[in-house]
Amino acid sequence: MSATMAALLHRDLRVAQRELKYFFLRVGMQPLLFTFIFGYVMPRQGIVQSGYGNLLLPGILALSITLSGMQAVALPLVVDFGWTKEIEDRLLAPISIRGVAVEKIIVGIIQAIIAGLFVLPLAWLMMGSSLNLQPGNALLLIAITLLSSWLFAALGMVMGTMAQPQQIGLIFNVLLGPMIFFGCAYYPWAALKVIPWFQAFVLINPLVYASEGFRSALTPQLPHMPMWLIFGGLIGYCTLWTYLGLRLFQRRALD
Amino acid sequence: MTDVIEVRDLQKIFKAKRKSKTVDVRAVEGISFAVPRGEFFGLLGPNGAGKTTTIGILTTRVMPTGGAALVDGIDVARHPVEVKRRIGVVPQVNNLDRSLTGRECLLFHAEYFGIPRRVREQRADELLERFQLADRANEKPTSYSGGMAQRLKIARALMHDPAILFLDEPTTGLDPQSRRGMWDLLLELHRKGQTIFLTTHYMEEADQLCQRLAIMDHGKLLEINTPSELKKSVPGGYVIELQVQSKDGEVSPLAGDLKTLTGVAEVSTKDDVIRLYANTAEGLLANAMRLAGEREVMVINAHVSEPSLENLFLHLTGRSLRE
Repeated sequence: MSATMAALLHRDLRVAQRELKYFFLRVGMQPLLFTFIFGYVMPRQGIVQSGYGNLLLPGILALSITLSGMQAVALPLVVDFGWTKEIEDRLLAPISIRGVAVEKIIVGIIQAIIAGLFVLPLAWLMMGSSLNLQPGNALLLIAITLLSSWLFAALGMVMGTMAQPQQIGLIFNVLLGPMIFFGCAYYPWAALKVIPWFQAFVLINPLVYASEGFRSALTPQLPHMPMWLIFGGLIGYCTLWTYLGLRLFQRRALD
Repeated sequence: MTDVIEVRDLQKIFKAKRKSKTVDVRAVEGISFAVPRGEFFGLLGPNGAGKTTTIGILTTRVMPTGGAALVDGIDVARHPVEVKRRIGVVPQVNNLDRSLTGRECLLFHAEYFGIPRRVREQRADELLERFQLADRANEKPTSYSGGMAQRLKIARALMHDPAILFLDEPTTGLDPQSRRGMWDLLLELHRKGQTIFLTTHYMEEADQLCQRLAIMDHGKLLEINTPSELKKSVPGGYVIELQVQSKDGEVSPLAGDLKTLTGVAEVSTKDDVIRLYANTAEGLLANAMRLAGEREVMVINAHVSEPSLENLFLHLTGRSLRE
């Protein structure tokens, strides 16, 4: 990594660090509320089985990473490109345009990982004894975490370079709703075999591979998507969004 | 290597969408010039002349579609990163980092350029002091006045000690006092050896600051010279402008008569306006009015101006720079 890229990272992490409390509110609120209702309240009411937490936790983790990775890249970019033109300040640093874009994705990856590290223990605590996690393969967990973070950081770049500032709220709402509900975050993909067309349809959703990936890493004893499909989906989408994101960034950055 | 900037047949054609059709917008049409090290060089022209596009190409932010531009001997299109190391840029828009304080803006900028911590801290404090920003250095630049933000942008551009400083319309939007202050600051930088490239649409600014000027309009360079030579190049130097009304709507007979008056170097007409370029203004207006009276042409407006860049622009383009 060049010294300039390290300096750009330093700047972004300094700014993120200052907004840490907002960051935790942003990434933690929804997953933790969900965990509380579905992983704590409802099992006690007997509405959902107590083992549901095992299915829920990996999905919640995937969701936190999705939201934070995407927002960490997309929101600042939309503002920088469309409104403040602040991106000019970074583009005049002695680094290629692509270098600036790659740095933004790395920042997204870092923030996504931090969000995961924040949500995982809290969700674990909330669901407590009902959980039966068997994370035997640390390497697998790390690989899934990195690939999922990368995927959604790169998707954030695509959104951040395509959207106008006034549209971004709408895009997040329109895109995130279906993505979360069709993302196998709250139910396992394998169980969708009862609705075959839906099981096939949700494969276009990148969140599915992250959710199933975390299931394969944290609860390998339960049925999950085959490994080749998980990695195929994650790597395929990483490549696609990164390629598109860098191209769009370059186009927006250079007249 | 004495030229810091070398531009040859530079061209930029934008693709723009107008009424669902793609049209070519020729922002820069084959311009050539060079700027030697140590010079204070200005690009003067009205809004839309192509100044910002030209500075955009020289600062690697716009890709040229033809010709070549070299900064410090390096091709801007082929080696933009190397060029960025050598230039300091003060863009027209306020692109200061709003998430940082004024002092941090300078420090992080220097860090991007790989300047060691001790050096960048010392340099930031010096510049903050010199640009009268020291007591507001720990505030975010969103709270700064226009003049302060502009000074911080210049300080930022100087943090990595660039071979050349680019300023795009640095005093647009500033109040007269801040503008004065900005001029003093730029002149002082230049006295200390800084090469400066500035664009402006204020003639007075170009006249006061620049050693050499290029006059730009519609993507082309019309003249390049020192301000005093440029002013001398206007025939006569003085301009007398008469807006007239004749019974038959014809102004050319009067224009022909006016050419014979002593001191008149050139006469041009455009619609109902006759312009006399003359080497003196004294007595000429009275004589012109007398001739108009003899021809039964009514002069409804008359204006006399002294030798200026405005007159030159008028002479070159037939339009006022202010239009």
